[in-house]
Amino acid sequence: MTDAPVLGGSLGVWLAIVLIGLATYGFRLSFIHLFGRIDEVPPRIKRPLRYVPPAVLAALVLPKLLTIRPSVVATVADERLIAGAVAGVIAWRTENVMATIAGGMVTLWLFRVVVFA
Amino acid sequence: MTVDGDLLDADLRAGVRDVSPLLLGIAPFALVAGIAAVDAGLGLAEAVGMSVIVFAGASQLAALDLLGSGAPLAVVVGTAVVINVRMVMYSASIAPHFADYGRRLRAGLAYVLTDQAYALSLAEFESNPERSRWRYYLGAAASLWVVWQIGTVAGVVVGASVPDAWGLTFAVPLVFLALLVPAMKDRPTTAAGVAGGAIAVVAAGLPMNLGLLAGAVSGIAVGLATEVFVE
Repeated sequence: MTDAPVLGGSLGVWLAIVLIGLATYGFRLSFIHLFGRIDEVPPRIKRPLRYVPPAVLAALVLPKLLTIRPSVVATVADERLIAGAVAGVIAWRTENVMATIAGGMVTLWLFRVVVFA
Repeated sequence: MTVDGDLLDADLRAGVRDVSPLLLGIAPFALVAGIAAVDAGLGLAEAVGMSVIVFAGASQLAALDLLGSGAPLAVVVGTAVVINVRMVMYSASIAPHFADYGRRLRAGLAYVLTDQAYALSLAEFESNPERSRWRYYLGAAASLWVVWQIGTVAGVVVGASVPDAWGLTFAVPLVFLALLVPAMKDRPTTAAGVAGGAIAVVAAGLPMNLGLLAGAVSGIAVGLATEVFVE
């Protein structure tokens, strides 16, 4: 392995873990704790929450598959994008996490072997 | 089915049984979380600490990605918070089923609330009202917790021993892709996904790694706008 994080880095990591953990537990507990005082989630909160999963997941995925380069060819001819497209089709047809990972990884490796052979 | 003497254990076991097919989907996700932790420079204690304290996969992977690229603390925490705010919705939806329980038990049940435990339990509560709710829920949720922790440890071990050339970290976006596709189930959610992804790609060069947050927030806005437009 490469260098272990220095003390400052590790403290930063723990701080992030604890802050995220506290916020997440707060979200989980919110209505389970408050129930009796608040009956229904206000629609103003509920409506945007519906779009959190697709928006966040897409924002996590796409930059890992696609990097904008000076030319269209250079942008599209990317092993990650092609492997991602294969995995996307598998995800759509099977909705199976394991099959999606396997399909994407195998495609990536095939491209690397072909390109580097 | 409701033999009284056996009922309590039967409910717990039913939760474990019903969640087992989902454990197969969670295991590779947990493994990837461990691999990503190593990749971001975390040690075993930090990786397991994150899986125990946060216990929410998508936010963990996003936070690890940002930590690995040296993003400021506020961006790391802010991004994870946006990802996990959906838990409020689950909390509100499951709260009536837990309303009769004591504060301590409810506090414990809240800790293991996840997408899977929520979806599974709610379906069961509606189709099978005589179930002990907290036992069924706990059977499912605790199984997920155990698999998540074991998977994280296994991922750290794998991540530390497999050479970088294998490109194992590419499994991270693949896991998200497997979750993204079923999340785009109608026109507004699809619009939210397309916009979120496109903005994140365009904004990838933003300082402080704000691209992910920018993509997420614009995706939510476009989803809402599409909903208004479609109606």
